[in-house]
Amino acid sequence: MFIPSATIPERGMNANADLAQSHRALIGRIAEHRDKDAFAELFDWYAPRVKAMLVKQCGSSEMAEDIMQDVFLTVWLKAGQFASSKGAVSTWIFTIARNRRIDVFRKQSSWHYVGIGEMEFPDEAPESADVLLSGEQDSLVAQAAATLPEEMREVIHLAFVEEKSQSQIAGELGIPLGTVKSRTRRAFEKIKQQLEGVL
Amino acid sequence: MKIAHHPDTATLMAYAAGTLDEAFAVAVSCHLEVCDECRNSVRWAAALGGGFLCEETGTTPLSEGAFGRLLERISATSETPHTAPDRVSLAGDGVTRGTPRALSGYLDTDLELIRWKRIGPGVWQKPISLSPGASSSLRLLRIAPGRGVPEHGHGGQEITLILSGAYRDEIGYFGPGDVADLDEHVEHKPQVVSDEDCICLAATEKPTRFKGIAGRLLQPFVGI
Ligand SMILES: [Zn+2]
Repeated sequence: MFIPSATIPERGMNANADLAQSHRALIGRIAEHRDKDAFAELFDWYAPRVKAMLVKQCGSSEMAEDIMQDVFLTVWLKAGQFASSKGAVSTWIFTIARNRRIDVFRKQSSWHYVGIGEMEFPDEAPESADVLLSGEQDSLVAQAAATLPEEMREVIHLAFVEEKSQSQIAGELGIPLGTVKSRTRRAFEKIKQQLEGVL
Repeated sequence: MKIAHHPDTATLMAYAAGTLDEAFAVAVSCHLEVCDECRNSVRWAAALGGGFLCEETGTTPLSEGAFGRLLERISATSETPHTAPDRVSLAGDGVTRGTPRALSGYLDTDLELIRWKRIGPGVWQKPISLSPGASSSLRLLRIAPGRGVPEHGHGGQEITLILSGAYRDEIGYFGPGDVADLDEHVEHKPQVVSDEDCICLAATEKPTRFKGIAGRLLQPFVGI
């Protein structure tokens, strides 16, 4: 099949950005046509990753699988909502999994549960002058993270992937809490600096 | 009104990762409702989470028939797909309008109708119950003009969000929307400088050690 070269985007030639765009396209199909094939494709890519993250965080494969199922039910139900925003699919799914995990743990602890997990902020209107991350820009964030010095990467990896609190990270690495915080801060600043050149 | 004091970047990162304990998460959420800048920071931080999810988490095989079960749940659910965004009206100017959304679920009444408990001259509080598993505590404080909270060192992290009124301490002036995000090494002595009472939301980790005789007397009542 002949593909005119003009259809290949100038920017976003890297694999991450292409992946981010294809995931957004799947969300678009789910949102507009309730397309189950698109949903299956998105599920096949993300579900084993979401489960892997949840297994690390919950310690139980069964619970991880249950939460993962809830996450994708939400993805199905809210795809239409998300489609109108500018964010990356990966960020969105990460956020749903995080909120669901927090909800489940609070619910387990008691009936007196109030859904802080519902504190999901809608995207600001595009006309706002603030930095808005498109799917492509989010993948740049991940790339920037990959270039961080190991000691900074380590603390944010433990926080985001293993869901460790800053005091737990301090205990695990045998460093003061203040050091965990300053590494976290510097990691954030470095990523922001790198992206300011690009965005 | 411009917000001058924000949560520590490390706190925002922990919020995005979902690792803040409940009281802190609520206080940060309330600040995010009125602060564009921190909302952006949290979005950037969540993008890191998304990046890790894609590239570093690895994969764990799903149980047999996982997708089929998901489709069954979808056809069984009575919930219909959401199309319009659940718009929450968020301010970017630091002005809290009514009870912050993140807090309202924890209160049985509006902020203006709270039944305060007097805990000292010109100081009232309203403890807020969290999930029993929480290792932090949350309370609303109401302090009269000219009054201060006794000088105290912190027994851990403490986040205070000003909802109305204002106070001043060694760090500066704190008005509505401002957050004091202090670790255990900071000692401060806030004094209410507004004409109205200062109402703030305080998240703490451990009981605070009050200093001085007055402080020692007050501590059992204040419990912060
Ligand atoms: Zn802020």
